[in-house]
Amino acid sequence: MDNIDKQLVNRLQDGFPVTPRPFLTVAEELGLEESEVMERVQTLLDDGILSRFGPMFQAERLGGGLTLAAMKVAPEDYEKVTEQVNAFPEVAHNYQREHELNMWFVLATETPEGIQDTIDRMEEVTGYKVYNMPKQEEFYVGLRFEL
Amino acid sequence: MGTSLQLSEVQQQQLRQAIQDGLPLTPQPYQTLATALGVSESAVMQTLTQWMDDGLIKRFGLVVKHHALGYRSNAMVVWDVPDHQVDQIGQILSQADAVTLCYQRPRRLPEWRYNLFTMIHGKSRSMVMEQLAELIVQHELDGISRDVLFSYRLFKQCGGHYSGRSQPVNHVTRCHSQQTVRSSCTARSSRNEQSQVAYG
Repeated sequence: MDNIDKQLVNRLQDGFPVTPRPFLTVAEELGLEESEVMERVQTLLDDGILSRFGPMFQAERLGGGLTLAAMKVAPEDYEKVTEQVNAFPEVAHNYQREHELNMWFVLATETPEGIQDTIDRMEEVTGYKVYNMPKQEEFYVGLRFEL
Repeated sequence: MGTSLQLSEVQQQQLRQAIQDGLPLTPQPYQTLATALGVSESAVMQTLTQWMDDGLIKRFGLVVKHHALGYRSNAMVVWDVPDHQVDQIGQILSQADAVTLCYQRPRRLPEWRYNLFTMIHGKSRSMVMEQLAELIVQHELDGISRDVLFSYRLFKQCGGHYSGRSQPVNHVTRCHSQQTVRSSCTARSSRNEQSQVAYG
């Protein structure tokens, strides 16, 4: 990533114009050619620096279920339970964290009811209690990684 | 239908599906979408603007793989905030530069007493801890119990399912009438994408 890429990523994290020539708008702001902006975005996508370029939907508003869940897994069982939990396609990602509750994962389901159903099945398979911690309120954060 | 600014329910679903993988990289991306859907460019632009105003689209821009950029230390910093102060403290924390996420979630006593969850991403653990220390001093948060849960092993991340998949624009995804024809993979990948941003 060169300095122009960094400027571009910083700029695009602030949002993308909804105007007929949005790449041109961004290009003019940064003193670039429209085609160069598009090419650079494509390269950043190809290189895996960006995973996506476009609008992000509010997941819950699309009608599905989304939650953060945790488990308190005994160290000797950790590998086994990890495999059992990760076998559920509803598990988005799963982190080991430093706490008594040591396994943390996000569940994403087609319907809101799917969350409890998944948790029930997971408790049955693993023999461990799943602590469901759904979002109650989201405070607005301007998510940004300054480069 | 080409000139109407109001998209039908089905057209809105088609538009949603069309941009799920990202925006077309063309000089006039909204025109490209409009042509594919058989509607006007201004209808597409107006609908997207409306979705942003309504909060259906929470951000419009790009998703940075922060791991690839060197932000490898991610800490879930959790706070035990008196219930009547949650809104106030939540506002303060969410405004801090270091905080990339701020949610209120339920306590699960006795094992889990924290009700406010924030994420702090940094290039190293010491950088994260420095930012946290600054935040506490600056906003006089020392009286609030907290814990810092660094992740040290990532076992599963589904974001990879996302790339390389594209669906025809005319593939209707979901109706309000419970009629779901979207594949579960599609639905999950879009949600996982969001959750990956949140906790990755």
